[in-house]
Amino acid sequence: MTLDRSVGLVFVVVAVLAPLIFSDYWVATLLTQALFLGIVAASLIFLSAYGGMVSLAQVGIYGIAGFALGNLTTNGNTKGLNLGWAEAPGVLVALLIAVLVALLFGALANRSYGIYFLMITLVFSVIANLFFGQVTSVSGFGGISGIPIPDFISRTAHPDRLYLATLAIAGLVYLALRYVARTPFGLTLQGIRDDPVRMSSLGYKVALHRTLAFTFAGFIAAVGGILFVWWNAQIAPSTIGLGATIDVLVIAVIGGLFQLEGAWLGALVFVLLNNYAQDVSFIGDRFHTLIGLVFLVIVLVSPSGLMGLWQRAVAGRPRAERADSAEAAGPAGLKPAG
Amino acid sequence: MTELASSRTARRIGRGLLAIVVAFPVIWVLFIASGTSFGPAVSDPKDFLITLLNGITAAALYFVVASGFTLIFGLMRVVNMAHGAFFLLGGYIALDIQRNMVGGGGGLGLSSAQVGLSQWLLPLLAAAAIVGGVGLLMQQLFLRWNQGQDLRQALITIAVSIILADQMLAHYGGIAKDISWPRTFDKFVNLHVSGVQYTFTRLVILIIGIAIGAALWLWLKRTRTGMVIRAGVDDRDMVSAMGINIQLTFAIAFLVGSALAGMGGVIGGSFASLAPGVDANWLLNSLVVVIIGGMGSLGGAAIGALLLGLTTNFAAAYLPSDYTFYSIIFTFVLLAIVLAVRPLGIFGRPA
Repeated sequence: MTLDRSVGLVFVVVAVLAPLIFSDYWVATLLTQALFLGIVAASLIFLSAYGGMVSLAQVGIYGIAGFALGNLTTNGNTKGLNLGWAEAPGVLVALLIAVLVALLFGALANRSYGIYFLMITLVFSVIANLFFGQVTSVSGFGGISGIPIPDFISRTAHPDRLYLATLAIAGLVYLALRYVARTPFGLTLQGIRDDPVRMSSLGYKVALHRTLAFTFAGFIAAVGGILFVWWNAQIAPSTIGLGATIDVLVIAVIGGLFQLEGAWLGALVFVLLNNYAQDVSFIGDRFHTLIGLVFLVIVLVSPSGLMGLWQRAVAGRPRAERADSAEAAGPAGLKPAG
Repeated sequence: MTELASSRTARRIGRGLLAIVVAFPVIWVLFIASGTSFGPAVSDPKDFLITLLNGITAAALYFVVASGFTLIFGLMRVVNMAHGAFFLLGGYIALDIQRNMVGGGGGLGLSSAQVGLSQWLLPLLAAAAIVGGVGLLMQQLFLRWNQGQDLRQALITIAVSIILADQMLAHYGGIAKDISWPRTFDKFVNLHVSGVQYTFTRLVILIIGIAIGAALWLWLKRTRTGMVIRAGVDDRDMVSAMGINIQLTFAIAFLVGSALAGMGGVIGGSFASLAPGVDANWLLNSLVVVIIGGMGSLGGAAIGALLLGLTTNFAAAYLPSDYTFYSIIFTFVLLAIVLAVRPLGIFGRPA
């Protein structure tokens, strides 16, 4: 067993046993948050690592799923449509709406590469945020509160259940992303990342593959959005604003834009910093200055994030080298085609 | 042959659809506009004219800010994600300078009766210069040695914008503040068309926008630095190989581009207000303008700004009253139409 796998296994075992090891606060607040933020960041890393697309729309789509769920399942006493559906159909339809929006976003951005793609997806995310802020019939500035959570995973039933459910879903998401990357679709996507022009000459439908990859990642982000809403019981436009968009990007970059595992590592670091930094006297409320500095240092020192640092630390192994050479050339997808 | 013909039909259908999408809002505003507070333009030319002017003057400010963004991108391929933060920083710096010059103004802010012309112009120029310096510093410290790695550079500017935004929140707080217009500007002018009385400050913004556009155009087309910049946009390596100091040109472009963001912030802070979140809105505006107009093109920034300004103002004014909230969707629709027809923007060229 390689060192990577052993360390990964330790993390998984600790995560499963977390309710026995850590305090309720850690499990129900910090670790659960790290897991669903990790899911959203994983959707970003999937697009970046396998498709060469750094998308900032993930938080927008996550918010759309969350707001859709809020509108569908609340029943009076809050903003929004208060349709009062049961949770199961509510979740399905919320995911469907988010996936359709992701399809639309993907179809509009599929011919843009590199930083153009980054900018366009950022605009999508900010527009989604402004939409929910302005359209009072579905939310308005204050957002939707009192969103119900299914009984069998609610924290009132048992404090650890939401954590365990989130952990299970995060595990499934990880496996699904790994699996998709190895299917013919995923391999084609990686080919497109490396050389869209050649893939196009070989007869692959480049734009379609990129759109579908974006839609799939949108689905993953939407799953994260549902979990977020259940965890938080409310959602407001301010929680899916530019700040949140950048937070998820920061998580992905801290973890490492080129490896899926980095999503949860970055999320854990982010959540812990967020929680404990304010106890340090000279930081206090200035958490974002701290995270900005951490982000700046990571980008300047190790653009492949903590995962990249780890791989370099454990000796110059082929995988680390690959990530570095990919960077030196600029991941192929980052160049505009033509 | 048949494939060619079918793609031609598809293109024709596409163009037809586009024509409908563009024509319908025009017809709606001119002749129908039912359920709106104004009514159709043919029966209410006064409000139509005001909305049109609002759109154009908003576009002037969009242009000032976005032209800096597009100048930097065109030459260096740097997407300056800190542009919105620079905008807000410029506004806050001018606010401080103005309050120091005039004295007082603590809690309630200044009224324009207290402010002379120089007490607005000097803060404007000073803020532009300082923000230009901050931008230059960022470029020299972090971006210069990462040239060619555009994603990394974008991430660096994001990091800078996070730090700046948080520090501004710490120093200036969360409450909206505004810079005061000078008393000379604080009036209405009679346009002698349908009896429209129009705010003079908005016309000032328009004049500044046109002046900056003209100055940038002259600079880029008529001076040696401008010539080098235009050559650099087309082929940096070749310009460098000709023995021209391209690093100096980069520095100048970054200084000017950031200064334009700062200047925009002063105008924006006088016209509306300064608060956390304003930086995000102006980053969005700049991005939308240059994505529509085409990255790196000054003419594109002008067209993009005009389209965005008109779209937002007409959508807000001419949607039926119950649906006014949906005006944000029109920004998205505008962007979607342009991206569907021209993925690189109206004047965009492949890099």
